[in-house]
Amino acid sequence: MSDLSSGFRDPEIARGLVDAIRETAQTPCTLMEVCGTHTMAIAKHGLRGLMPDTINLLSGPGCPVCVTANADIDLAIEIARQPGVVLATFGDMMKVPGSYSSLSAEKADGRDVRVVYSPLDSLSIAEREPDKHVVFLGVGFETTAPTVALTIREAARRELPNWSALSLHKTVPGALRALVNDPEVRVTGFILPGHVSTIIGLEPYRFLAEEYGIPSVITGFEPVDVLQGVWMLAKQLAEGRAEVEIAYGRGVSAEGNPTAVAAMEEAFMPVDAEWRGIGVIPGTGLALRPEFARYDARARVPVTPPAPREIKGCQCGDVLRGVLLPFDCKLFGRGCTPEHPVGPCMVSSEGSCAAYYRYTDYGKD
Amino acid sequence: MCLAIPAQLVSEPNEIQMVEVDILGVKRHISTMMAPAARKGDHVLVHAGFAIQIIDEEFAAESLQMLRQMGIKTAEDLEAEADALEAAEAAAGSQAP
Repeated sequence: MSDLSSGFRDPEIARGLVDAIRETAQTPCTLMEVCGTHTMAIAKHGLRGLMPDTINLLSGPGCPVCVTANADIDLAIEIARQPGVVLATFGDMMKVPGSYSSLSAEKADGRDVRVVYSPLDSLSIAEREPDKHVVFLGVGFETTAPTVALTIREAARRELPNWSALSLHKTVPGALRALVNDPEVRVTGFILPGHVSTIIGLEPYRFLAEEYGIPSVITGFEPVDVLQGVWMLAKQLAEGRAEVEIAYGRGVSAEGNPTAVAAMEEAFMPVDAEWRGIGVIPGTGLALRPEFARYDARARVPVTPPAPREIKGCQCGDVLRGVLLPFDCKLFGRGCTPEHPVGPCMVSSEGSCAAYYRYTDYGKD
Repeated sequence: MCLAIPAQLVSEPNEIQMVEVDILGVKRHISTMMAPAARKGDHVLVHAGFAIQIIDEEFAAESLQMLRQMGIKTAEDLEAEADALEAAEAAAGSQAP
């Protein structure tokens, strides 16, 4: 295993790929890494600095925490404020500001908000504390949604009376279509998210190549993986091809993970979802199916959160669409830092602003 | 958020598809509901307490070998480069007054 992981960090291989990229990328192109984990990997390993002048790397909307709308965060907070409710969620969600508060601020104020490693852990809390109602706040793309779908199935199997899920899950392909239809967004190639693709496979991205002529490569997260993805995109562009290819074959097969997709489809149905910075994208949200209504927090803990408001001066939305680089935002580094974040892109460990702030010396590399 | 970490199964999954894995020396219990074919010794990608995929180790080894060949020049490559350099120098020399 160590060889498997370390092999994909091998500087010799990386050097060979950087040379190949420089040779191949003769015409200027803009490649968008869709996934926040890629944004972090690119920043952490200094890969932007290794790119030739012809390649412009741009971050996209692939940080699930960042694209969660204020109204949805407000809803989770309002649920956490109800007596007898335990709100369990992933650590990434804690510091994200909604319109008026955040889950960590609520916890400091005495609400019962708990961080769990796996959604299954929230079932154990419900079993241990039968006088409480445990709400699991599910956020994430297709990588995460099946884990929550299977947790819902498991809650049903155990007939848990005091557990429900608030699904803020979103799906990626529809957001990519919205992006390529946006006249302000100019992308010549997509670095597609590795672990979303582990689940959904290659087929759902086919429209990028066939309808829009945009080359796309499903890419892994080690430095060699990312460089291989960029090289394959440069090759497609140089050869005038537009296809969906896989540069992460050890973790992604063309057909994806059918067991996971089936679980997701069993528990969830597509609904319209609001994405921060992009707006409502039809069919990109996942709501619990009516058969699972007794595990749906929206039905079990009905609340009316106050009207949402946007954070003044924060340009997170433009950063998420790739039309603004983080250091071009007026607040970046001046009033908005990881220690004192204003918007979600600076809060989340995978947010573009946090990645630029932490690793790229304000992106001047 | 979409990070998945490689781990190795150190036991066989039990009747509710829970299994112990080794994640870089740390032992954890995860679910194999999403990767029902995973068996003791297999490497899997773990996300939020679930194995989401069995890692194709053979594929990984092959791609590393392929990529390594891109970076490391063979003796023939070096010889061809030296020949080309020599020829270029000779051509430049012949044009010199």
